[in-house]
Amino acid sequence: MAAAPNLQERPAPAAVIATHGLTASYGDAQALFGIDFQLGENEVVAIIGANGAGKSTFLKCLTGLVPARRESIELHGERIGGLAPNAIVKRGVAMVPEGRRLFPSLSVEENLLMGAFARRPGPWSLERLYALFPILKEKRHHPGTALSGGQQQMVAIGRALMSNPQVLLCDELSLGLAPIVIKEIYDALPAIVAEGMSVVVVEQDVAVAQRVSSRVYCFQEGRVSLVGPSDALSREQISLAYFGV
Amino acid sequence: MLDTLIQGLLLGGLYALFALGLSLMFGVMRLTNIAHGDFIVLAGFAGVLVAGALGGQAWPAALLVIPIAFGLGWLLQRHLLNRTYGRDPLPSLVVTFGLSIVVQNALLEFLSADPRSLPTGGLSTASFALGQTQVGVLPLAIFCVALGCTAALQWLFARTAVGRAFRAVSDDRSIAELMGLDSMRVYALATAVAFALIALAGVLQAMRTTVAPTDGPQLLIYAFEAVIIGGMGSFWGTLIGALVLGVVQQIGFRFDPGWGIWFGHLVFLAMLVVRPQGLFPKTR
Repeated sequence: MAAAPNLQERPAPAAVIATHGLTASYGDAQALFGIDFQLGENEVVAIIGANGAGKSTFLKCLTGLVPARRESIELHGERIGGLAPNAIVKRGVAMVPEGRRLFPSLSVEENLLMGAFARRPGPWSLERLYALFPILKEKRHHPGTALSGGQQQMVAIGRALMSNPQVLLCDELSLGLAPIVIKEIYDALPAIVAEGMSVVVVEQDVAVAQRVSSRVYCFQEGRVSLVGPSDALSREQISLAYFGV
Repeated sequence: MLDTLIQGLLLGGLYALFALGLSLMFGVMRLTNIAHGDFIVLAGFAGVLVAGALGGQAWPAALLVIPIAFGLGWLLQRHLLNRTYGRDPLPSLVVTFGLSIVVQNALLEFLSADPRSLPTGGLSTASFALGQTQVGVLPLAIFCVALGCTAALQWLFARTAVGRAFRAVSDDRSIAELMGLDSMRVYALATAVAFALIALAGVLQAMRTTVAPTDGPQLLIYAFEAVIIGGMGSFWGTLIGALVLGVVQQIGFRFDPGWGIWFGHLVFLAMLVVRPQGLFPKTR
């Protein structure tokens, strides 16, 4: 297969996260076949691709949920591949998992407090989160799973922010949500980025991905099939990279 | 009838102490400790031995055994039982079954099969009159301890950061790790607390009646029945289940001395058939 067309006209800013030839497998099934990826300081990068392209697997490698070779993932130059999830979150990489994955036995506020377990210094606190998502303050004693899909997504995002990460990984925020709710969720992104956070957004909705990010990676069957500025990629290029047809 | 009820409730208090540790370990880790009853017996014997070394006093012995059990539980989970963790329930069952055999035979080997008890200097026979009934002071104290432990556990789980960690890790271990928890250490702490309760139950059992090396499996069954009748996931449920079991057994004893335990088994069986989730299950 030909090398992925790299359409970046300007060099990416200094890398917060960099992966080199990242491979990953689930048992005998290989899911990633050598991913080279860079996330710059205070950048929002989107990863798009069809189901099974390896987007979620990639995020799981970054957070330590799926094993990876030590030197294949770097955070500010430190090799973190294969470290345990709790070691990685302490270094400032937090994930909003696919499908929310709130704790059913905990209330909204307790779910948020669980996010603060890693206790890094930073601007995010319960008060700031309630200011960002006021509905959560109203429902803070409700069980986490008794909220609507969009509200649960806010809790999941808040939970990740509570650890005051430097990198936020968002896995399919729009999953199962109505368009108006998706807009509401992504409207909160600028406030998050304004604090200096670097964000990776995994999305199946290409339009949303292009709108919220400055660069886009397209994954196809475990490989990077396209990378470039979000505003400069045409629909044909994306179609080709997405479906490989 | 009132006498039967009161005696049953007091007996249930002791069963609650047996059951709380089991409920805790299963609630946090989905781990069924087959050696649970044997560790209660072991704690009872440890109390007897420590009391003997300290010149016969029961209460200092009890206070010493509990922190030791806490540490033992922590080490056991951290270095042995954590290795059995996984989707398959079989390894933990096999390992704890092995522990049960080891504990029973070690006790038999080193201490003989004679039942032993902790001398309480008259407390175990003291009683006062409540209307027509005689209420034993020690059984009443045990009942109050059981109430206190249930309330304390409930408070621990509902209101503290440690309790949040326990609930989170039992809900979704990998997401809990994503938040920075070390699940292996959380499990170790849970087992440590469970073993402290086991030790408390063991020394109180030794004070109230006797402990013998082969008593373990029977105590495990009482604990297990209490947890199942009460419903899993709730400490108050476990307490209620234990009280129900105690009362039912006492009713059975009134008909015939050989029927007490059997009535308990019948009610347990009926619960499994009619309402397997127990009286007060916590829905997940």
